[in-house]
Amino acid sequence: MKSLHRVLIVDLSAQSFIVEERPDLFSDFIGGSGVSSALLREYRGRSPEGPIVFAVGPFTALYPMASKTVASFLSPLTGNYGESHAGGRSAVSLRMAGYGALVVLGQAPFPQYLVVDEEGARFKDARSLWGMKNCSTPARIMREQEGGAGLRSILRIGPAGEKKVSYASVTTETYRHFGRMGLGAVFGMKMLKGIVLKGNRGIRVSDPARYKTLYQELYKEMTESDIMKKYHDLGTPANILPLHEMGALPVCNLTRKSLTGPEADSLSGEKLAARFLSRRLACAHCPVACIHLAALRLEAPSEPYFYQTSYVSYDYELLYALGSMIGVTEARDVLRLIDRVEQYGMDAMSTGVILAWITEAGAKGLLPPEAFVKNPPSWGQTEAYLDLIDKICFAPSPFFETARKGCAALAEVYGGKDFALVFGKNEMPGYHTGIGAHLGFLLGIRHSHLDNAGYALDQKMDKEVFSSPDHLALALIKEEAFRHILSSLVICFFARNIYSPSVISELSRAAGFSLPESLLEKGLELYRAKLSLKEELGFRWEDLSLPRRVCETQTTGPQPDQAFARETLRAARRLLQDTPATLFEE
Amino acid sequence: MMKIKLSVQNPQLCVGCQLCMYACSRRSGSGGLGQPAISVRSSGGMSKGFTIIVCRCCEAPPCVEACPAGALVQVKTGGIRLQKDKCTGCGLCRDACIIGAVFWDPVACQPDICVQCGQCALFCPHDVLALTKSDEGGT
Repeated sequence: MKSLHRVLIVDLSAQSFIVEERPDLFSDFIGGSGVSSALLREYRGRSPEGPIVFAVGPFTALYPMASKTVASFLSPLTGNYGESHAGGRSAVSLRMAGYGALVVLGQAPFPQYLVVDEEGARFKDARSLWGMKNCSTPARIMREQEGGAGLRSILRIGPAGEKKVSYASVTTETYRHFGRMGLGAVFGMKMLKGIVLKGNRGIRVSDPARYKTLYQELYKEMTESDIMKKYHDLGTPANILPLHEMGALPVCNLTRKSLTGPEADSLSGEKLAARFLSRRLACAHCPVACIHLAALRLEAPSEPYFYQTSYVSYDYELLYALGSMIGVTEARDVLRLIDRVEQYGMDAMSTGVILAWITEAGAKGLLPPEAFVKNPPSWGQTEAYLDLIDKICFAPSPFFETARKGCAALAEVYGGKDFALVFGKNEMPGYHTGIGAHLGFLLGIRHSHLDNAGYALDQKMDKEVFSSPDHLALALIKEEAFRHILSSLVICFFARNIYSPSVISELSRAAGFSLPESLLEKGLELYRAKLSLKEELGFRWEDLSLPRRVCETQTTGPQPDQAFARETLRAARRLLQDTPATLFEE
Repeated sequence: MMKIKLSVQNPQLCVGCQLCMYACSRRSGSGGLGQPAISVRSSGGMSKGFTIIVCRCCEAPPCVEACPAGALVQVKTGGIRLQKDKCTGCGLCRDACIIGAVFWDPVACQPDICVQCGQCALFCPHDVLALTKSDEGGT
């Protein structure tokens, strides 16, 4: 485990690095989100734009489906704590380079990319890569320069990150992302074009025989049981039809209750697989391969018999944000929009919600003429949306300057807060399942649908859970606390039903590191630590509220209601302040 | 004599999970990616699929021929074995294998050669790899 305890601290301003041994950190905070948030707190005074911290966990490269890297940073979108998780190969590559965490401080004197390996960090000139209009060419060049095929990961930003779009993402392995909350913009502020991570090494375990046996059992569970089947076959787009049928798939900025049957069918995982699926990919050390690539063949506009074929990764959230949310229901058009957003390196969810808000605000006459070529777009107008994405990324006008700051910023300047679908200044994910989901977005530390299972509570419609604000708050916090354990072990949340607390404890013993007896108590401690960091950064409970629109649009789950939401948030605050973990275990 | 041979049967189904590489590394009882004798790398970017590099049990193995110390031996049941005490670390075996399947342990300064154990195939979730057995007529 010794390599996990090593923290590589890189200073872009000084062009130097050091390695610190920090067993204390991994003992107190496990790894992943626990460690990255603790390091952010420790180093946040050291960079005006804030440090970037990446951390992996003790299971990384030991057990399958524990290959997420957690990034912590100061979010340019929310102005508070930012946390984003990415699959791909970065977690394994960072650990195989010999580190459990990487801290990036300061600002490079000119555009650079970093190479991180077992010898530390090297600073490489990226001036020739800066300003390229896509994410993939810079990655190809870094790949050709740095070698290490099969044992490396390449993180990079596109033009959106360079232009500091507040919801710019960082792309890794072409199809995975540190998507949410604007890590790409922080890279841009630091003049950091990318990071190449590479390495290979063995990790000693304390009980090799037991380790091998447990590994085999885990692998069997992941490949032979039905638990992962949904992600394996159709990937996350398998959720389109079920969520449509329960009226939970947001449509046209929640101005419509649902898509029509044929519209939903067109966006379904089943239809996309039949029409476009060309390849499936996996993150490092994952047998599931949930990444689905569509082959998008487009005619060249200028000459016949010339085609451009792009391979576009499609997930549920992208089909929601750049599909149903803006009324685009022809899958081919959605793929074109996804491809554009990918090439620029923007968060698809934020972009879709902003396009939806612009459509509605434009129709209501709230926006200046500079926002549009001719008229405001109507729902479903793909070409207009492609044009708007270009302008959000590149146009110099005041309107698009504001659009680069996010939907909350737009509504602040131009009005239309009631239908700005933002939660704590972060744009909404694709679950209008009920009040559980919406409060979950607010209570989740990184404001992600993946933080807690509010949407699952809605779907179960457990009467007791929704019987009072206290009950709902308790259920949401309990789930959030356990997810803090998973994200600190960097276990993919798709495997949450396999990595139960007892399984986690047994796996850690065989590997040779100890975890606390009560994982829920530890999870709660980590949750509280992050909340306290957020409060230091200016978070106020009083600022939390549901967008009015989510209360107006009917769901089949428990209907969002402002008064009930306020009471639940009060209860959550109280529970998080002084409630012992034993209450949550009951 | 029964011969065993590892083969890449369905490269187009490879999803790049690299579970085969972890399985190979686990033979030594450790986790991570310490010196696997198999490599999975993208074929020029993730969208283009993957290239799997592993010893293919050549009939007349160039690596064995290239070894000046006689440290590499072709075994009758299939595959190559390294006699570590004879290896001088010259690296000629690695140069001789044009598919790149002779991997290198920089610490020991010796090759890592696939022993055709089939662990990689056992942990391949999509049947890309297979360990085949064939009766070679008692030779």
